[in-house]
Amino acid sequence: MGRLSAALLAAFSWIAFAIPAQAIDVKAAVLRVDYPTLLPISRYDLRPDDLGFAGAALADEDNGTTGSFLGHTYETTTIATAPEEADSAFDALLAQGIRLIVVQARGEDLLRLTDKAAAAGALVFNAATGDVALRDDQCRGNLLHIAPSDAMKADAVAQFAVWKKWDEWFLISGSNPQDIALAEAYRTSARKFGVRITEDREFTDTGGSRRTDSGHVLVQRQLPTFTQGADDHDVVVAADGTDYFARYLSYHLWTPRPVMGSGGLVPTTFHAAHEAYGATQFQTRFEALTGRYAKPQDYNVWLALRVVGEAVTRANTADPMGVRDYAVSDAFELAAFKGTRVTFRNWNGQLRQPILLYDGSITVSVSPQDGFLHQVSPLDTMGLDRPESNCTAFN
Amino acid sequence: MKSLVVTTAISLLLAAPALAGKAFVSNERGNTITVVNTDTWEVETEFFAGHRPRGITVSPDGSKIYVCASDDNLVRVFDSTTYEELPSLPSGPDPELFILEPSGKRLYIANEDDNLVTVTDTETRTVLAEVPVGVEPEGMGMSPDAKFVVNTSETTNMAHFISTEDYKIKHNILVDQRPRYAHYTADGKRLFVTSEIGGTVSVMDIAEDGTPTVIGKISFEVAGVQPEWLQPVGARVTQDGKRLFVALGPANRVAVVDAQSLEVLDYILVGQRVWQLDFTPDEKYLLTTNGNSNDITVIDVAREKAIRSVQVGQQPWGVVTID
Repeated sequence: MGRLSAALLAAFSWIAFAIPAQAIDVKAAVLRVDYPTLLPISRYDLRPDDLGFAGAALADEDNGTTGSFLGHTYETTTIATAPEEADSAFDALLAQGIRLIVVQARGEDLLRLTDKAAAAGALVFNAATGDVALRDDQCRGNLLHIAPSDAMKADAVAQFAVWKKWDEWFLISGSNPQDIALAEAYRTSARKFGVRITEDREFTDTGGSRRTDSGHVLVQRQLPTFTQGADDHDVVVAADGTDYFARYLSYHLWTPRPVMGSGGLVPTTFHAAHEAYGATQFQTRFEALTGRYAKPQDYNVWLALRVVGEAVTRANTADPMGVRDYAVSDAFELAAFKGTRVTFRNWNGQLRQPILLYDGSITVSVSPQDGFLHQVSPLDTMGLDRPESNCTAFN
Repeated sequence: MKSLVVTTAISLLLAAPALAGKAFVSNERGNTITVVNTDTWEVETEFFAGHRPRGITVSPDGSKIYVCASDDNLVRVFDSTTYEELPSLPSGPDPELFILEPSGKRLYIANEDDNLVTVTDTETRTVLAEVPVGVEPEGMGMSPDAKFVVNTSETTNMAHFISTEDYKIKHNILVDQRPRYAHYTADGKRLFVTSEIGGTVSVMDIAEDGTPTVIGKISFEVAGVQPEWLQPVGARVTQDGKRLFVALGPANRVAVVDAQSLEVLDYILVGQRVWQLDFTPDEKYLLTTNGNSNDITVIDVAREKAIRSVQVGQQPWGVVTID
């Protein structure tokens, strides 16, 4: 039954001998593109000035503490930029010699910056966008995705629905491009897990005065009529990538049903109330350092820089391609306060990770759900599996 | 069941004057300690133990119970007979696990939030030293000669070997992800370090001068259980150094390992999310704390079988036994 693996032993001895390691000064950067957006529906979702950067500060502390035993130092530069200045900001980072860059940006900008990075031999970590194409035919060999894809998040929701036997969905999607892409992810998940979408409607974004004093009066009158007459369904799934209606759905439906997706029970990488798997320690350290609660982007940036730290610690390299090669190798594993090790898919550079299902105050469940099996890892039941991804950049 | 009663009766006859042994279980969420009679396996009482009690140990003479009251940022002390609270010990912030040196004088405490090991004098109740270690220190082991304290840091993923003479770190050994616990054999020649997320136990041989050499790694597999759920946490070795028991967290099993050949021999099914372990002083029984089923499992060490479970408080975390 149990065994002592000779291969592991060999690898391990190498690591043991690798200490003390050579001194390495690791320089990284976080670039955040701030798009003009409307205020969020909920004040809880207001964007802090140090969004993501706070995660970098914690990662520098964590990596630095470990580095102090090995002669490694970590320094991360953080830059927030308007979309039209993103390229010049990115060029400036490259000009400073920084070759490990975490980017919080939308898909098209991320892709353009990543190609710029490739020309300079730099490695980019995607800490924000869930754009599925970037894990598919638009993937890049110098781009690792810390943020889960929309497909992973949709699959996380779908698995929970299937586990609950909520296999008839009413899909309500928004009309903006991000909403449409997200709705497509939910339709794909529904097909993948044998769920029937019995009703599929678009809630058109016409703007509105939703946050004025009487906004809720209109919401209370409009949404029941909008959702009237839908075919039988167990649950409403909302695809609202631009945050204009999904949060209103609960309690305002014609037929009372639970809401999942962009409202109600939301799939996320992390939230500030998550305390299982030792996460309380992350939360208390983060809050002591930054004076606020952690957001998913903070966690993503922290995790991206922890991947760098892990490569430096174990493989003694801060070389961009050295970090990438170690990250996608079988030797790589990382603890991320999610109860299981996280690793990378070596076919598209996507981080495998459990997805938390969050109701706004607690972790309700964690996907993958019990009973969803996979020959490689249960985590590969979510998102693009090897045969589904058209990415060839990692071959 | 019958055989248990018989064994218990015989042991009572042999050890005639001995009083009933006790197990003290810290209940992380219940803020209490449950006292279990280790002859009858009845719960004797449950008392308030401070906020978020986790690591728990006993003074060498068995008279005092020490518990890390994590959210109170101190070590609380209780009389093991009357359960009265005695003056607390300073611990530094968020104490999680600790180890008492054999003389009972110095307590070495892992401060999870502050990347420190705090050394506290149990007699003068003062802090003697603070040793900076890796991120999220947790496991604490001590060499039997009391010359080294080993701390494991869960996010740095190292075992730090701290000299008890000058409180300086002498060796750092990288191990697998999220090391939770460090435990020496009684002869001090071998050290086991469990890695919860890595799913392994690192094995080191220890030289005369305390220098560690990694000699291998133990991994686990159970048919029908996802490898991800095999998460080694607490560990104990028998006095003769022959058997290693490893709590496997959400796999709800304790692995039985040949501590010399490092071969995994068996898996004993216990309660849910098994966390820490302790032998009864006579080493007849091994007790496991099961955080999700709120009970402890009693394992017959000679037969390597679970023989019963005892309901305790909310989210049992640590356990210590006395005669």
